[in-house]
Amino acid sequence: MGWGFVAPALLWTMAFFVLPFVVMGAMSLATMKGRTLIWDLSLANYLELAEKAYLWRAIVVSLEITLTVTLVSIILAYPLAWIIAFRVPKHWQRLALLLSILPFWTSYVVRSYAWLLVLAREGMVNNTLISLGLIGNPITIANTRFATVTGFVHFFVMLLTLTIYANLVQLSPNYRRAAMDLGATALQTFRHVILPLTLPGVVTGAFLTFVLCIGDYVTPQILGGNTELTVPQVIMVQLGRRADFPLASALALVLMGIVSLA
Amino acid sequence: MMRALPWIYLLVAFVFIYLPVAALVLFSFQSGTLPVPPFNGPSLQWYGEILSDDDLMAALRNSVAVAFGSSAAAVILGFFAAYGLARYVLPGSALIRGILIAPLTVSYLIVGLGLLIVLTRSGFVLSLLTAAIGHVVINLPLAFAIIYASMGSQQQNAERAARDLGAGEVQVIWLVTVPILLPSIAAAFFLSVTLSWDEFIIAFLLTRFDVSLPVEIWSLLRSGLSPRLNAIGSFVFLISITVVLFLEIFVFRRNRQ
Repeated sequence: MGWGFVAPALLWTMAFFVLPFVVMGAMSLATMKGRTLIWDLSLANYLELAEKAYLWRAIVVSLEITLTVTLVSIILAYPLAWIIAFRVPKHWQRLALLLSILPFWTSYVVRSYAWLLVLAREGMVNNTLISLGLIGNPITIANTRFATVTGFVHFFVMLLTLTIYANLVQLSPNYRRAAMDLGATALQTFRHVILPLTLPGVVTGAFLTFVLCIGDYVTPQILGGNTELTVPQVIMVQLGRRADFPLASALALVLMGIVSLA
Repeated sequence: MMRALPWIYLLVAFVFIYLPVAALVLFSFQSGTLPVPPFNGPSLQWYGEILSDDDLMAALRNSVAVAFGSSAAAVILGFFAAYGLARYVLPGSALIRGILIAPLTVSYLIVGLGLLIVLTRSGFVLSLLTAAIGHVVINLPLAFAIIYASMGSQQQNAERAARDLGAGEVQVIWLVTVPILLPSIAAAFFLSVTLSWDEFIIAFLLTRFDVSLPVEIWSLLRSGLSPRLNAIGSFVFLISITVVLFLEIFVFRRNRQ
């Protein structure tokens, strides 16, 4: 009887998630000879990964960007969450939190485009800097790694503010009172009491950031341009321009491997 | 100075968070062809254009249809799986839960790639239907997890009582379990809708001629900065905010009371 309830969902997941996964694994061992697919069970795609500098480079670029984004987002989000939890009066907190995550609901593709408006050559940042007389000619910000990181950080600061705030408000104020009573300065209280207690929440948020950031195609494609490619971008190039499904599958599995290591 | 520091930080953070949204919305009212300073306007010219753009409005309808269809399927499958696992003792139930949750741990790009390979090889023609299949794959684990987490022993007692009074399995589910779990079923459904409606990469890989809104926006992006895109973006933002505020006021606030 119980099986009847579970079976539809289980079959769905088996057919449209587990099976594709297995096929992708098999596909990564095939090779393309021109336009034809040959099931030769070779490790050629994985060897190509190690040999071709541009593939190897993509993995390094992806990791560098993701680690930078995770670190910067935590450093920016923690104080924000802290201020909302401990400085903003109680009845304004919900509003402050809502306001700090509202742009979350801009469409995912549009969010990166919106940063392009700000960072482009004729965009707001260049325009402001020029009218303030700080620079003479527009500087290149869009189509750089800096732009990609900015777009990512914007998104993940909102996400992390939410998760860290949820952690901070759960802390009993007694911990802080006790530390203060025992003569700890505000900094010591934070360093030795608050931070260790909220660390699990920060780690969860950091993991989420890492996973979502390393697998994202849209942000680096729109904001980073084609100056340097991340792994998802290389996968899409293999699919689109070359229809090389075997190499794309191998790259996808390597990407998954990196995520599961983290 | 030290007292003001948190407020200054808050202000700077809000400027950072709202800068792109402000640029998006402000220049959607631009009168002219470039969404960059100086601002000329306000003009509703671009809103008029997008509302009379057939491709765009078709994409909007497609997105809504895929979002509601795939979310309904995900919630129904997820509900029954949760019911079966919570109410019956099944061998290997931990493994089943693991399999059902697994798609959550894999990035959308990889889910889409796997489906693209399998669906095209087994004779499916890429369409909104294949995109919807992909969206059910990513939303089913969420729906299952949310509904499973809210199935406690309290409902079980109500279900037993109903059974003792002679209700059949269908009656128990439809008249007892579903009404009690309605808040979490609704939460799972609306979360699915918001994720599916805005999802890009799976829809991009699994559709061909009829596309969803994010995919249509993506193809417009190739022509560079345009107030038209600002107008579309602001319009979508307005819809999303309306839905979020609606849920906050009418669904979740009622639950808390």
